[in-house]
Amino acid sequence: MDANDERLARLKEIVETYLPEDVSIEAVEADSNFITELNINSAHLVDIVLDLEDAFGVRLENEDMDKMLTVRDALSIIDQKLQNKN
Amino acid sequence: MNRRVVVTGLGICAPNGVGLTNFYNSLLHGANGIIYHQELADLGFGCQIAGKPEISERLKETYFTPLQLRGLNSSGLVYGVMAGTDAWMDAGLCKANKEEPDWDSGILFGTGILGIDKLRESIYLIDSNNSRRLGSNSVMQTMASGISAYLGGILGCGNQVTTNSSACATGTEAVIMGAERIRTGKAKRMLVGSCNDSGPYVWGGFDAMRILPSAYNLEPGKASRPMSASASGFVPGSGAGALVLESMDSALGRGATIYAEVLGGAINSGGQRGVGSMTAPNSEAVQRCILEALSDAGVHRSEVDVINGHLTATSKDSEEIRNWSEALKRSGKDFPYINSIKGIVGHCLAAAGSIECVAALLQYREGLIFGNRNCEDIHPGILELVNASRIPLKTTPYQPKIMAKASFGFGDVNACVIFKEYK
Repeated sequence: MDANDERLARLKEIVETYLPEDVSIEAVEADSNFITELNINSAHLVDIVLDLEDAFGVRLENEDMDKMLTVRDALSIIDQKLQNKN
Repeated sequence: MNRRVVVTGLGICAPNGVGLTNFYNSLLHGANGIIYHQELADLGFGCQIAGKPEISERLKETYFTPLQLRGLNSSGLVYGVMAGTDAWMDAGLCKANKEEPDWDSGILFGTGILGIDKLRESIYLIDSNNSRRLGSNSVMQTMASGISAYLGGILGCGNQVTTNSSACATGTEAVIMGAERIRTGKAKRMLVGSCNDSGPYVWGGFDAMRILPSAYNLEPGKASRPMSASASGFVPGSGAGALVLESMDSALGRGATIYAEVLGGAINSGGQRGVGSMTAPNSEAVQRCILEALSDAGVHRSEVDVINGHLTATSKDSEEIRNWSEALKRSGKDFPYINSIKGIVGHCLAAAGSIECVAALLQYREGLIFGNRNCEDIHPGILELVNASRIPLKTTPYQPKIMAKASFGFGDVNACVIFKEYK
């Protein structure tokens, strides 16, 4: 597994908790929109952000959260944060 | 419109038993639910004993989703959701389907303060400039109406969903207010009840007021002594009780089991006037509340045969008995049977009224009166008014007919509900 796949796997793990009962983890793809496609309650986006912070050791600002519409967005924001960190 | 109201479901999460069966068995045998808490001793409390429901993580998982369990740190909410969901199932009702709420069912579930441990956790984060780490669940676990909001979402209720708060009268008040809504035709079913958090942050203030017993830390089972000459304060408790109230038509229409009828009730305040104060009841108001409840129920005072009192195990117990005796104009052997389960569970504060209503209603189902624990030495002031035979020490076979249940709270507030045997 390369670094990107690994990150996607960890993100999926985090997102799984917030999925409504009728959305399965298999439905989560790179282009999935958290709110409109995965039906995640918008209030829980802040919890996902906190979980991502803990998992990747980064800090996400409000602007980052605003841009985080899809799984791919989340991964690229994390990627960027990790690069800035190093 | 004056629809008849019946009780069709009960749920309980009490210090002496979680679930109706455990609770009933414990009451039947007078088994004690009050224990020593090392945590209270470590914090330097005078009173180091309390009544607290024991809930395993595994049991919680059957009521909450994994998502709801994340960061869940509100004990009252846990108790309330368990008791409320259980009452709904006990009534033979289902959760509403995913698409449409049940417009005819509402929730009126009270509390004193909700999620005080969550609040503490949040305050620590905020004070360390870390409010962004609160996440999304601090608000719903600490808003007073969090309990009705959680239950409303789990069950899918589409009628009024709200929370009342009147200190230790909260639970009984919820029953009366919920029944009123059905009586007037605004709802067919109301899940009513109340919950109270447990722990030092709830109980500390009472300990500071020196109204909790401090001499029984090594003998917790003897500490809560309603109506006893040696009563020395109430033992703090916690938990939740829940009742499904339903219009008689709705209950009969779906063939539900009926525990009893709610004939009526009254809620008032002594206005903290006369002898009434923030913490002491105005006896005139208490008596008026009892009489107004009887009048609302259309019951003569001679018909009351069982009372479940507020009776917290303080010096006020004799005064309460005097109020019942004067209001009902009954004394000696003519006084109704009276009991208080606080000798077993302690004073569950905002949850007291609903937990005690559940106990009182089980007496109809089982044809008995639960015994009073720890009042072998009945207070002489009480014996002047009531014959000892009216205060059973052990659970006694008897089929209650008209039962009065009252609760009183800080703020000089009173609530009295009247139940009737359903045959």
